[in-house]
Amino acid sequence: MKQDSYAVILVHSTNHALRVQDVLGKNGIAAKLVPVPRQLSSDCGVCVRVNRIDKETTASVLSATGLETDGLYDI
Amino acid sequence: MIYFDNAATSWPKPPCVTEAMVRFMTDIGANPGRAAHRPANRAAGIVYDARKAAAELFHLSDPLRVVFTCNVTEALNCVINGMLHPGDHVITGGMEHNAMMRPLRRTGETGVEVTVVPCTAEGGLDVSSIVNALRPSTALIALNHASNVVGTLLPIAEIGRIARANNTLLLVDTAQTAGAVPVDMEADCIDLCAFTGHKSLYGPTGTGGLVIGERVELSRLAPLKRGGTGSRSEQELQPDFLPDKYESGTLNVVGLAGLEAGIRWVMNRGIHAIRDHEMNLTSKLIEGLSGIPGVTLYGGSDARRRIPAVSFNIEGMEPSEAGLRLDEEYSLMCRVGLHCSPAAHRTIGTFPRGTIRFGMGVFNTLAEVDTAVQAVACLAREKG
Ligand SMILES: Cc1ncc(COP(=O)(O)O)c(C=O)c1O
Repeated sequence: MKQDSYAVILVHSTNHALRVQDVLGKNGIAAKLVPVPRQLSSDCGVCVRVNRIDKETTASVLSATGLETDGLYDI
Repeated sequence: MIYFDNAATSWPKPPCVTEAMVRFMTDIGANPGRAAHRPANRAAGIVYDARKAAAELFHLSDPLRVVFTCNVTEALNCVINGMLHPGDHVITGGMEHNAMMRPLRRTGETGVEVTVVPCTAEGGLDVSSIVNALRPSTALIALNHASNVVGTLLPIAEIGRIARANNTLLLVDTAQTAGAVPVDMEADCIDLCAFTGHKSLYGPTGTGGLVIGERVELSRLAPLKRGGTGSRSEQELQPDFLPDKYESGTLNVVGLAGLEAGIRWVMNRGIHAIRDHEMNLTSKLIEGLSGIPGVTLYGGSDARRRIPAVSFNIEGMEPSEAGLRLDEEYSLMCRVGLHCSPAAHRTIGTFPRGTIRFGMGVFNTLAEVDTAVQAVACLAREKG
């Protein structure tokens, strides 16, 4: 089992996930599309995962760019 | 063989377009947005890259404002059927393709008021006639950017500014111009930009889209169809956000892989460089054809004000006969008849006979234009 810690950004759709990944990438933050963890939502979709250490920067990029999301959560 | 039917669909396609499609089919294949495994994410990434390419092409910053459809016809139907209600007024022009005219005429039957502003015999439009047609109830101005029959470009940016000043929206059918002429939704004040992938964007058939500008209220634009979007699966109501609201059902991912490659290819080559080449072809063709006795040309003669679709007739010869003979005796492929645009042919005075249309593209050469002019001269001489 990997013990790394992450944060995820929940979004409306895969399209939104890709836009978030794209914008984070342009700001030097590695982001990956993963299935939404079940504890966060019952939706079958994807969300964007970043390393926990990038959470603060991620939050500021998201608010600076005004991208629509459904929140940023630790997992 | 000379392929002069690019106004119907472009051919050949740049090799990168076919390669991108083969790559998707052999290496990825998955459904975008219906799962989160790696191939599904790669498929979704391909669709997203195509959105980015289209957004860049039309100068819009947000890729999610690009909604994919199967062609421009579907994009036009989406707006016309989704936005106009009985009592609304819509303005269109006398050079429209049936992709625009038929859905508009249908809304006319349901109580939408449709004004068709006449165009000149060359296919041009006097902007003041748009101004004069405006009413308080005008919800939409809907026009093509260039005629598929005579190639005449309409003054879209001027009309867009009029739409803004009068608090109405502008829908543009860029079937003939996207990729061949710069289209800038910001500078040209276009609110709804409908495009097709298989003409001057050099993508495959079955691709196209609608780019939705920020002035459009989504709550006032109903989707053409509803269904699975891969998002909000717990809900039985259609999502209300872009692009999902207007993209139900699995997309044509293999086609969009090709479309992205086509748009990138066009942008790398440079729309201005493509435009210069196509204007040279057009000037040479017009010059050549106008020197042949018995040939009547339609549309303006200034290549800067038109795209490389050139219509003409040969005295004493039906377009259908000319088309068959050009194909069989000269290996020259073109399209004859009414080009799905009865309104345009009425405007230029060629209804119901139609015309012979040479539609050139980026891969055509000046030498091919010479050969084509000689072929037409031979046919005209026989009849002369
Ligand atoms: C001006 C114009 N509008 C609409 C169309 C329809 O295009 P599509 O068949 O890709 O929907 C065409 C081409 O056929 C066209 O030239």
